[in-house]
Amino acid sequence: MSDELEAVIGLEIHVQLATRTKMFCGCELSFGDEPNVHTCPICLAHPGILPVPNEEAIAYALKIGLALDCEIAPRSIFHRKNYFYPDNPKAYQISQYDIPICGPGKLGEIRITRAHLEEDAAKTIHAGTSGRIHGSTASLVDFNRGGTPLVEIVTEPDLRGAAEAADWARLLRETVRQLGVSNVNMEEGSLRVDANVSVRPVGSDELGVKTELKNMNSFRFLQRGIEAELERQRGIVEAGGTIEQETLHFDPASGELTSLRSKEEAHDYRYFPEPDLVPIVPTEAMIAAARASLPELPAARQARYEGEGLDDAQARLLAADPELARYFDAVLAAAGAAEPRVVANWVTGDLTAALRAADDAERPEPGPVADLIGAVAAKTISHAGGKQVLAILVADEDADVAEIIEREGLAQMGGEDGELAAIVAAAIEGDPDAAEQIRSGNGRAIGAIVGAVMRETKGRADGGEVNRLIREQLGL
Amino acid sequence: MAGELSGILGHVDRISDLDLEGVEPTSHVVALENVFRADVPWTSLPPEVALASAPEPFEGAFRVPSPQAPVD
Amino acid sequence: MADLLDLTVAEAAAKIAAGEISADEYGAAWRDAAATDDLNAYLWRADGGPSSGDWTGAGESAPPGEGTETPYGAGAPAPADSGPLAGVPIAVKDIFTTEGVPTTAGSRILEGYRPPYTATAVRKLTAAGARVLGKTNMDEFAMGSSNENSAYGPVRNPWDRDRVPGGSSGGSAAVVAGGLAPAALGTDTGGSIRQPASLTGIVGLKPTYGAISRFGMIAFASSLDQCGPLTRDVADAALLLGVMEGKDPLDSTAVGLDGGVRLPTREDLSGLRFGVPKEIGEAALDPGVRAVFEATIARIEDLGGEIAEVALPHAEHGISAYYVIAPAEASSNLARYDGVRYGQRVGGDEDLVTMYEETRARGFGAEVKRRIMLGTYALSSGYYDAYYGQAQKVRTRIAGDFDAAFEQVDFVVTPTSPSVAFGLGEKTADPLAMYLNDFFTVPMSLAGIPAISIPAGLAAPEGAGDGAAGLPVGFQIAAPAFGEQKLLEAAHALEGALGFAAAAGDGVPWKQGGAADV
Repeated sequence: MSDELEAVIGLEIHVQLATRTKMFCGCELSFGDEPNVHTCPICLAHPGILPVPNEEAIAYALKIGLALDCEIAPRSIFHRKNYFYPDNPKAYQISQYDIPICGPGKLGEIRITRAHLEEDAAKTIHAGTSGRIHGSTASLVDFNRGGTPLVEIVTEPDLRGAAEAADWARLLRETVRQLGVSNVNMEEGSLRVDANVSVRPVGSDELGVKTELKNMNSFRFLQRGIEAELERQRGIVEAGGTIEQETLHFDPASGELTSLRSKEEAHDYRYFPEPDLVPIVPTEAMIAAARASLPELPAARQARYEGEGLDDAQARLLAADPELARYFDAVLAAAGAAEPRVVANWVTGDLTAALRAADDAERPEPGPVADLIGAVAAKTISHAGGKQVLAILVADEDADVAEIIEREGLAQMGGEDGELAAIVAAAIEGDPDAAEQIRSGNGRAIGAIVGAVMRETKGRADGGEVNRLIREQLGL
Repeated sequence: MAGELSGILGHVDRISDLDLEGVEPTSHVVALENVFRADVPWTSLPPEVALASAPEPFEGAFRVPSPQAPVD
Repeated sequence: MADLLDLTVAEAAAKIAAGEISADEYGAAWRDAAATDDLNAYLWRADGGPSSGDWTGAGESAPPGEGTETPYGAGAPAPADSGPLAGVPIAVKDIFTTEGVPTTAGSRILEGYRPPYTATAVRKLTAAGARVLGKTNMDEFAMGSSNENSAYGPVRNPWDRDRVPGGSSGGSAAVVAGGLAPAALGTDTGGSIRQPASLTGIVGLKPTYGAISRFGMIAFASSLDQCGPLTRDVADAALLLGVMEGKDPLDSTAVGLDGGVRLPTREDLSGLRFGVPKEIGEAALDPGVRAVFEATIARIEDLGGEIAEVALPHAEHGISAYYVIAPAEASSNLARYDGVRYGQRVGGDEDLVTMYEETRARGFGAEVKRRIMLGTYALSSGYYDAYYGQAQKVRTRIAGDFDAAFEQVDFVVTPTSPSVAFGLGEKTADPLAMYLNDFFTVPMSLAGIPAISIPAGLAAPEGAGDGAAGLPVGFQIAAPAFGEQKLLEAAHALEGALGFAAAAGDGVPWKQGGAADV
């Protein structure tokens, strides 16, 4: 974004819950089945039917709310959102309006406005030529999906860039995934992210006119779509024009934004409280059960690791992978005085590489890995030597680190005995030209001496220590 | 129709004269809360039954004119 | 044969259970009687007739295996051979879904529609042994007070075929009053059971909101609709209520009645207090109706009941509030009739919007369209607070008025209807005039409390000359929520003392062994 304008972005996320049955009836949720095999009079909206809410969906919504640090409404109700569309069989969607089950919360740095329960629409397939009725185009409606429970999460417009938005969306996805309440798969449609995008002068408090970007089905496309829209808006504003409120579709193939023929143009949904459903009043027991079922969530874990000195990338990686994080915690615990960042480097970097090289072998026990890290930290072996030990540990579970070091002769020459100092002295003597260059200030010449020492010690010397000894002996 | 509607509105409009400040609207007649259903599947309708009342069934789905204006 | 038709449901059920009469014979007698329908009261009859079938209760296309009942009422099994209603045929208002059997809600838009499931209230009756005798005519989607809004023609009052039976459960009232069914099921949203009961001289009960499941009852106004019996006497109403009441996993708002329902036995009213709203003094009432009302009050005192004056200051706004709330909810409930999944479709060759518009324009009658428009307006942005919001507040006040009254009295009593049965076509020109028929019944619906109408006497229609035949006048008794048992007991005692059927003598249509000229 240019210096004068800033991006203001909010997200609306729909999470399809992985309950066994639909929100208001007992039909099973479907996964690519034949059309209309998971329907009943209720989700087909026959005359006379009534909805009854799925207890598990309520519990999942509470879990999501607690994970997002939301205020849980002491009493919330359902509302009817009225509009005509073939995928909306009652011609109203049962949703929540001004009293949602979850109120304000936050995830990371981004504030959540609310999260509420509603039912999903059915699927309309536009039939094209094969389904033509007497020459006009037709659509075919499949009600399998109709009635699937959804939680809609709305953020405040706190995001300031496309990349930030995509990253935060990934964090949200990971958070919800770890709750076990949804498959949160954007390609399958169990996670849908829409973006509300606007721009305004930096320093302004007012919100500009926002446009809505819908139907992006990957985080990459979300980012690119927002980027394209910001670009478009900036162009208009800088040319002195005004932004029109509209709903847009981003085509990742062409990079183009098109205005969706809005079925909801200035729509009045005529919301009113759903008379067929009674209020949700979460009890202490319901909330306690939801809270007890929460795992340590990514945002909290990430914050914990950053606090322990891990860098951003490591913290995020571990936060996103609870199993790896547990392993890391175990290694760290066994590694005593080792620095968490160093342990993280080994676990997320070298170990991952070693496992991959060994055809996705299983991780060795945390104990030996901790030992190995300790040995490197104590300079007993070099980093390169450590990697060798690691490869052996990966291949042989029962190996003992001390034994490996001994057996492979990996013990490094450090500064504790004078052996290394003697070799350094000999190398300096053996290359007086290099020594002379170093003394005159050509730092790079040190490489020749270091090389000689390494050859003599067969790589077992600690590079840093060698450097130090050379300088010391040369009086630098 | 318009005349009839005006007449009716004229009558029902009388409630707007009432001072009902602070009165809670009745959104639910029965004082119930937390009436839920266990997340246990039931047998759905066989698709032929689901489509039995469809005005235009087509290949297992409900056919309707396209929401987009017809494109020929 | 005629004797069989004279029995009340309670009497017949007892005799069938005792083996004194045969269920088959009893059923056959009623099917034959139903076939003589010249009141246009039936839209479908079990066995014989224009759109009939031999319906035993199970669907014609029962999924998933014959007779395998699903929780949502598909594949409901045939009526039980035993139970409190074994062998008793009952007429059912065509607003209740009955699997495999045409269900129209009195509308063209559902012409030919056969539901894939059966309403809970009906399933409970058949599980108790009852059989569905037929589906009765009604005002379209329960919107009306005269049964002149049916797409299938008006129903006629058996007392005088040029007069209306009331509505919207006009067909159900006519079959019971006209000797075409021993009892019937109706629905009441603003008076649609009580008012036709009053106009046809039978008993009509609207239970507490939530006493009976609404699952399968085609919705008009969700927060007001209730299912109830139309019967010859209070004991039969109690019997049917007892069978139908209860919680239902398919209806979140159904709570049932704690303790169930016992057949009433009370014969006097001592110790009971009856509140007469002072607002009745000023109300627009036919003089004949007022006279019967006052005479009934005197009867209550004869039986030891105490009369007190109560105030229902907000009741006068009942019609206004009702005619905002009910159409608002109806506009949403009727939006599903769009030609997509069932019912009639018009304009399916055009584009989607045209299909929606044509289907609904052709499928709905004028009154339904009027209410949908009113309701849409009342809910629309900018008007919600002034209309729907305000009306729901009026409702709170009306309920509050009853709460206050019930601190002083056990029951509130009013005339059920301001007039006796009026002529066909007499009030159709002015919808507002028609709406005012519900003046006394609407407040109880808004408050959700139970109310019963029992026939209390005859009165000549207003303006009729001397010697004009008297037409039935109903007396309404309302009780606090869930007070059905006490209500039925009091109504039973009063009914006994009034002796309406005896007093009305040969004029009572059902005594004539089938529909006949009055």
